[in-house]
Amino acid sequence: MKKQEIQQGFRDGAPIALGYFSVSFSFGIMAAGGGLSVFQAALTSLTNMTSAGQFAGLQIMAAGGALLELAATQLIINLRYALMSLSLSQKLSGEVTMWQRFVIAFANTDEIFAVAMSHNRELTFSYLVGLQVLPILGWTGGTACGAAAGSLLPASVNSALNVALYGMFIAVVIPAAKKARPVLAAVILSALLSGLLYYLPVCSGISAGTSIILCTLAASGVGAVLFPVTGEKDKGE
Amino acid sequence: MNIWLCIAVMALVTYLIRAVPLTVFHRKIENRYVKSFLYYVPYTCLTAMTFPAILYATESMVSAFAGVAAAVLLAFWNKSLVTVAAAACLAVFVTELFL
Repeated sequence: MKKQEIQQGFRDGAPIALGYFSVSFSFGIMAAGGGLSVFQAALTSLTNMTSAGQFAGLQIMAAGGALLELAATQLIINLRYALMSLSLSQKLSGEVTMWQRFVIAFANTDEIFAVAMSHNRELTFSYLVGLQVLPILGWTGGTACGAAAGSLLPASVNSALNVALYGMFIAVVIPAAKKARPVLAAVILSALLSGLLYYLPVCSGISAGTSIILCTLAASGVGAVLFPVTGEKDKGE
Repeated sequence: MNIWLCIAVMALVTYLIRAVPLTVFHRKIENRYVKSFLYYVPYTCLTAMTFPAILYATESMVSAFAGVAAAVLLAFWNKSLVTVAAAACLAVFVTELFL
C-alpha cells in the first residue's frame, strides 16, 4: 500500500462521504419506518452501498414481497454497475491483483466510479481503497443516525426528509435528460408506464418491485432500439 | 419474510454484479444495443422509482408537488445532488407549515 495514493483517495472521497451521509440519513428514517432495526438498516447500507437498489429493496421488504422478486429487482436496478466495473477494469494499473479486484468491486458506486474515471492516472489498489473508505463510513453512519433519530423527529421533519432520496434521483435524471433527447424520451416513457401500472385498476396486483423492473426494462429497451448510443457514452453516468 | 435473509440476498446480488465484470471477464462490451440498454437503465429506473411514489411520500400531495417542483427546477440548473435533495426537503417542510 502506498501512503501517498491512499491519502489522495481520502481527499477525493471526502466530499462524496459528506453527500452520502445526508442522503443516507433519510434512507435510515425510511428503513426504520419500514420495520428495520437501527443495526439492520446500517447493515443494509454497509453491505449494499447503493441508494436506488436499497431503496427499492426496502419498498419490497415493506410490502412483504418474495425473495426472487427482491433478487430480480436488485439485478435489474444494479445492472449498470456491471458496466461501470467493466469500464473501471480498463483503467486499473497492471499491478492490481485478482484478490484486490474482489476488494475494490465492493463499493464501485455511481459517484466513486465517476471520480475514479476522472482521475488523471492509472488506478492503483491503494488509491481506490482510500477513495472508498470515507464514503462507506458516511453511507453507513448516516443510515444508522437516521434510523436512530427518525423516531425522535417531529412528523413534519420526517415528512420533509422523505423526499430527500427522490430529490437526489431527480438531480441525476434531469441534467442527463436536458443534455440528451433520447434520455428525455426514455425517461418520459418510464414515467408514463410507471403511472399506468400504478393507477390502472387492471394493474393493481403488480407490486412496486415488479413495476420498477417492467418500467426499467421496457423504457431502456425501447430507448436502445430507437436511439442506440454511439461512441463513448457507455459510462452509465 | 426474514429481514436478515433479504439483506443478505440484496448484498450478494449487488456484489456479484460489481465483482464479476472486474474479475472473471473484464473485456469490453461491443454490442451496441446492450451498451445502449445499460446506458438508459439508471435514468429509467430512477424515474420509475420516483414517480408516482414521491407524490405519496409526504403528509399531503400539495407539499409533495412543491418538493418535486423545487427538485426539478434546481436539477435543471445543474445543482449538486445534495443541494437538490435539500431544496426538495425544504420546499416540503415550508409548504406543510402553511397547510
